[in-house]
Amino acid sequence: MKNPFARYILQKISWYILAFFVAVSLNFILPRLIPGNPVSVIVNQMATGGVQSDVLERLYSTYMKEFGLDKPLYIQYFNYLRNIFRWNLGTSFMLYPGKVKDLIGRALPWTISLQVPAILSGWIIGNLLGAFSAYKGGKFDSVAFTLSLVFSNIPYYCLAIVFLYLLAVRFGLFPVGGGYSFGMVPTLSLRFIMNALYHYILPYLSMVLVAIGGQAIGMREMSLYELTSDYVNYAKNLGIRDERIIRYVFRNAMLPQITGLAISFGTMMGGALVTESVFSYPGVGSLLFTAIRQNDYPLIQGCTLIITVAVLTANFLVEIAYGFIDPRIRAVQLGER
Amino acid sequence: MKDILILLFRSKRFIVGFVLFLGILSFALIGPILNPKNPFQMVGGLFSPPSDRFILGTDNLGRDVFTQLMYGTRTSLLIGCTAGLIATTIGVTIGSIAGYKGGIIEEVLMGITNVFITIPSIVILILLSIAIKARSAVVMGLVIGITAWPWTARAVRAQTSSLKTREHIDIARITGFSSLEMIIYEILPYMFSYIFMAFILQFSGGILNEATLSMLGLGPFQTVSLGVMLHWSLLWEAVRTGAWWAFIPPVICLSMTTFSLMSMNTGMDEVFNPRLRRS
Repeated sequence: MKNPFARYILQKISWYILAFFVAVSLNFILPRLIPGNPVSVIVNQMATGGVQSDVLERLYSTYMKEFGLDKPLYIQYFNYLRNIFRWNLGTSFMLYPGKVKDLIGRALPWTISLQVPAILSGWIIGNLLGAFSAYKGGKFDSVAFTLSLVFSNIPYYCLAIVFLYLLAVRFGLFPVGGGYSFGMVPTLSLRFIMNALYHYILPYLSMVLVAIGGQAIGMREMSLYELTSDYVNYAKNLGIRDERIIRYVFRNAMLPQITGLAISFGTMMGGALVTESVFSYPGVGSLLFTAIRQNDYPLIQGCTLIITVAVLTANFLVEIAYGFIDPRIRAVQLGER
Repeated sequence: MKDILILLFRSKRFIVGFVLFLGILSFALIGPILNPKNPFQMVGGLFSPPSDRFILGTDNLGRDVFTQLMYGTRTSLLIGCTAGLIATTIGVTIGSIAGYKGGIIEEVLMGITNVFITIPSIVILILLSIAIKARSAVVMGLVIGITAWPWTARAVRAQTSSLKTREHIDIARITGFSSLEMIIYEILPYMFSYIFMAFILQFSGGILNEATLSMLGLGPFQTVSLGVMLHWSLLWEAVRTGAWWAFIPPVICLSMTTFSLMSMNTGMDEVFNPRLRRS
């Protein structure tokens, strides 16, 4: 490999492929550890619900074939992998004969358009706030830090519940849930978009405030370390203007925060999924919530798979960006050191 | 040790967190003793608002919310503590061995750690919880603990690697300590404060993970926890029917518990890392 940066990317790619395979294997093996097997569990459940026996028979054969439970484990595994790469995620139990890929395909745009802006804007605002309060010190710092500490410790869904109750149910300022008004059909009309945005505000707000708090605390800490470092003292003694020094400090403290962004995508996921179900937002979180309640294993597996893929992709993109930005990595890659 | 305690109690954040945590702990431990009721017993009408008889009203099935809150907080603390202990133990073991041994062992252990850091833990948690049908509170703590260790392992490895270069390590090595003795007697005591802080973080993370899982419907069986209470509120639309007493108390308990732990953690951080302290 001639190009060092390509080597860096290749190394990262192989790393993520490994993580992907571990995750997919867990996704394959864990639901198969359910006592009995998932198919008989669900069919029994339906039998008590009074479904006719010939329908049960058909359901049973469909799922036995899909899961391939009559074949040896390693063949099941290869079938599973092949199906994933063909984007064939099986059939939902609860919405039989709905396809899992269609259900997820409908939910995913909602989740992405809620979470990506919430995480990114929370990250940017939080970093600015953290750096500023570290530099400013005094009253501003202690108020901002305490507020950040409070907000970052409220779990997303707790803030979501409080917002939903106070602002939507109690004072009626916002809709009480859903992604758009009941009876509307998702189209690209202005009316629909405005309606969707109106439903968007509360879920967004409850996520972004917590994210800002968490990032601000991290950034403040990094900036405090930088502010007491030798180069800052040296620069001050040289008489360099404050704004200049802050820019150095900000850039240096920022680097670890980029890794923090990658972490956010993974750690925020759980809370974000629950936030969606609090607001009945039509995303993957609400889908997962219903799937778990109905023991819909294929749908649960589909959701966990798509969450894994989304988080790994986001992390990968951030790491590549980090490689570009961090002068140390760049220097090593270009052989300057 | 005594000096550390004096220093700790000079930190306002630590005191606030500590007092708050003691309050929550005694509520969860002493409450059920003074008030031994069954949180699952239906004692009143559905969603009756707070009254003299039921301080925090009743839930969708007419069960006393205050009783649920006491037992629920106790379960959540138990799960968080179990998860914290397990995650910290695994993390410290893997991290210190990797950091001290170095070489191929370090590469392998850190490789595993990094893979599990990359995979979102909520996914593994959901899958594990589905596979385990009989989830008691302790089993849940176990499950959360074995998915939460990678961060601790990574941090402990970094600490161990830097501690390893100190002189007392070389001296101990000359006296013929084995690797295990070295780690136990010469490395771990020097990062005791650090490990304790990691445990507090894991404790609070465990409580949050319990709530997340329970709210998704994967909570402990036949037990009430703070997450389970919130799950019921979602499932039976307590929020949209305006029965605030069914969900605001667990929300406050949950937030206060994690806040108290985090506050203790930042307080300790300020004491042990003097650079964070402003003079």
